[in-house]
Amino acid sequence: MTVQFTIDGLEVKAKEGEHLLDVARRHGIDIPSLCHHEAVEPIGACRVCLVEVRSGQKTTITTSCNFLVEDGIEVHTDTAEVRKHRAMNLELLLARAPKSDVVRKLASASGVTRTRFEPLAYEPLPNCILCELCVRTCDMLGHHALTTVGRGDKKRIGLPFNKPSDNCVGCASCLSVCPTQCISVKDTPTQRAIWGQKHDFILCKVCGAPVITKKHRDFAISEKGLPEDYYDTCEKCKQSAASKRFASVVW
Amino acid sequence: MQAFKTPKQLQAHRKKIIESRPADRKAIAVCAGTGCKAFGSLSVYDVFQKTLKSSGLDKKWELRATGCHGFCERGPLVLMFPSGTLYQKVKPEDVDEIVEQTLVKGKTIKRLTYQDPVTSKWFRREQDIPFYKHQHRLVLKQNGMIDPTSLDDYLTIGGYGGFLKALKMRPAKVIDEVKKSGLRGRGGAGFPTGTKWEICAGTKATQRYVVCNADEGDPGAFMDRSVVEGNPQSIIEGMLIGAYAMGASKGIVYLRQEYPLAVQRLGLALESAREAGLLGKNILGTGFDFDIQINKGGGAFVCGEESALIASVEGRRGVPKRRPPYPAISGLWGKPTNINNVETWATVPLILDRGHKWFSSIGTEGSKGTKIFSLVGKVNNTGLVEVPMGMTLKEIVFGAGGGIPDGKSFKAVQTGGPSGGCLPESKLDTPVDFDTLVQEGSMMGSGGMIVMDESTCMVDVAKYFVGFLKFESCGNCTSCRDGLQRLYELLSDVCEGRASMETLDLIEELAGTIRATSLCALGTTSVNPVLSTLKYFRDEYVAHVKEKRCPAGVCKSLITYTIDEKNCNGCTICAKKCPEQAISGKKKKLHIIDQQRCIKCGICKDVCKYDAVIVA
Ligand SMILES: Cc1cc2nc3c(=O)[nH]c(=O)nc-3n(C[C@H](O)[C@H](O)[C@H](O)COP(=O)(O)O)c2cc1C
Ligand code: SF4
Ligand code: SF4
Repeated sequence: MTVQFTIDGLEVKAKEGEHLLDVARRHGIDIPSLCHHEAVEPIGACRVCLVEVRSGQKTTITTSCNFLVEDGIEVHTDTAEVRKHRAMNLELLLARAPKSDVVRKLASASGVTRTRFEPLAYEPLPNCILCELCVRTCDMLGHHALTTVGRGDKKRIGLPFNKPSDNCVGCASCLSVCPTQCISVKDTPTQRAIWGQKHDFILCKVCGAPVITKKHRDFAISEKGLPEDYYDTCEKCKQSAASKRFASVVW
Repeated sequence: MQAFKTPKQLQAHRKKIIESRPADRKAIAVCAGTGCKAFGSLSVYDVFQKTLKSSGLDKKWELRATGCHGFCERGPLVLMFPSGTLYQKVKPEDVDEIVEQTLVKGKTIKRLTYQDPVTSKWFRREQDIPFYKHQHRLVLKQNGMIDPTSLDDYLTIGGYGGFLKALKMRPAKVIDEVKKSGLRGRGGAGFPTGTKWEICAGTKATQRYVVCNADEGDPGAFMDRSVVEGNPQSIIEGMLIGAYAMGASKGIVYLRQEYPLAVQRLGLALESAREAGLLGKNILGTGFDFDIQINKGGGAFVCGEESALIASVEGRRGVPKRRPPYPAISGLWGKPTNINNVETWATVPLILDRGHKWFSSIGTEGSKGTKIFSLVGKVNNTGLVEVPMGMTLKEIVFGAGGGIPDGKSFKAVQTGGPSGGCLPESKLDTPVDFDTLVQEGSMMGSGGMIVMDESTCMVDVAKYFVGFLKFESCGNCTSCRDGLQRLYELLSDVCEGRASMETLDLIEELAGTIRATSLCALGTTSVNPVLSTLKYFRDEYVAHVKEKRCPAGVCKSLITYTIDEKNCNGCTICAKKCPEQAISGKKKKLHIIDQQRCIKCGICKDVCKYDAVIVA
């Protein structure tokens, strides 16, 4: 079923079951957010993507990432109330991640350049804003190596039982989605250090560049049924080999 | 117990058992609820059992170990039927005398009866005691009448009458009955129960669930525990009626592990219901299948929130999820799931048995029936009180509660658990119902009621509850997780004399965002204690900020203990009791407190018989 409603006066159509933030972005309306990624289910953690939704007599402030669109609603993305509360949540996050460019940029766009709260960071992930994108992505990829630990003010991102996890294949997808880039991943030409473990790289047979960690290769080949030699050469060398083959056929 | 194959068989057995146990038969009910048990009521029970047997009185007197009677602070409680005589603080040594004097000679032992601390009047009968007199006990009353492990006892007081009536109706008619009764959920939000059932029943599905929320995480609240411990069959019957009405075949009771007695009693009750053919396949030959399992909760407050509860039952972390979809449409494993609170379920059989008109005749326009509160704090009578909706706070605190002890004056009452608001004296005439409490900045919650007197610091109270909630927040939302932590820091600044007037503004601003932007009701209601105290007791905040003074003499950083020259007669007791050896002075000479060493524990003030220790 389609639903029809307005965002900042613009008439939009969407499918029932869609989330408001996705619909807004599709229509070119930007709503700032930190914990949203289209690849994983929204959880509404950062409380930055606030909007005002008017439905009949009722007006509510809500996060848009996990708000299921409804027919006939009137959405406003930039009211005084929205700005006020968004600024406060960003001020809270700025105290957690004072060094994060993304957080600082969003905060200053909301008029927040300093925070009235004491710094609040935890080791080994200073600047972590507990958006759980790393955990959700790791879960979605089927590894389940990361988890949240504790609750309330003691909540952290970490490894189950605080021990290096056998499930971690060293793919570093967590870092690639981390908005504050606070996860420590250190690569040498042959090894990757991540989450308390070292992973050997498979090196490209042609150029010797790292292709993928051994453990990640084993996981991908068995899970996705790829050919054994799939990761023997790196993407670059694979492409140049292919273009050479292609050239020999055409010319 | 025989297995009943038809409703008729059950009905016949009920009739037989009710006739064989006339209402005026002689019985002794020893409370075996958690509170009385802690006071040693099981030994009292044992001595009764032996004494009755050896004297042959066991043929004349029925002895029962029952669930909680609500007046826990006076335990162990022994209630006698049909006379209604209540003995309190009974010790095993008292049993011989009770048997000789009361059971044999019919005499009252005055010293075991209740003396009102306010009026000094003595009361023999339970129903005359002010604590009970102001109550209207529908759900709790049954606790005192039955042995919770006996299905027959439950049948004697009319148990399963509601279910038998429901079986004669179409499921939609049952829902209609609940709707018309006006019953609203007792777990906090007060959602109309019948409407929720209708939504669940109306959602197309091959499988539906009914869930009993017995997580009860509010500190100090124990009404749900008392019902599960004291009358588990009433919950089973309520869930049976609901399952029949909504077409659910599976039931789950989410019960906290910290309630071992409740887990045990409910387990026994489920077994006997199964044996009697009241749970399982083809119940009473009607073709209706339904069974209940217990899911033990680990004790996180947030797991009482229904979407977190669902996650927890499914084996995930107890983190709330945005609703809609509501559980009644998509709950456990995506199936329609109707979640109700313990008290809600326990009320349902009464409605079916006695009819919606009877139920809706009790209470107010918008809130029907009765509600159980756990009345605690600075009040003469503490315990569980069940009152009709719409009774004023004053009637509860000063009627059933008997007012404030030690001649102190009332300051505030907090309703609704850790995230309820604190209402001042000027609001004591507020009728207690779902809507009025919210209008006044508090809430019904699950029924916690904490009374505070002049010696309570309202900033300290707000800080305490925020401290609890920041710990119990699931940690998902920035506003709730970090917001509450920051709010706690700011309130600590006030309590410790570091705050300025801007701090108060920031507290209000932050509280506004926590309320407006958190995902679940833990976050959105968490600021009630702060905003209500800021509204009604602002002067106390200001005194902390501007004068660096705690008017109630609670906040350690802002008070000093000194010894009054005039009153001190040098008895030396304070010096002996001070854990820090901070007090010096010769016998019969003025004593002095070394401020450097004093940790402000207040022990000197408590032990001084001459009122010589001053807090300022
Ligand atoms: C933080 C939080 C804790 C809750 N704890 C409980 C609880 O312990 N018991 C309960 O019945 N409901 C609790 N609730 C309310 C439930 O979410 C739900 O509304 C209730 O179980 C529905 O039952 P009812 O309609 O019979 O009240 C809690 C809600 C929140 C937000
Ligand atoms: S480590 Fe990065 S991705 Fe993970 S929760 Fe923290 S900020 Fe989010
Ligand atoms: S409001 Fe608090 S408890 Fe509720 S989901 Fe958000 S963080 Fe968790």
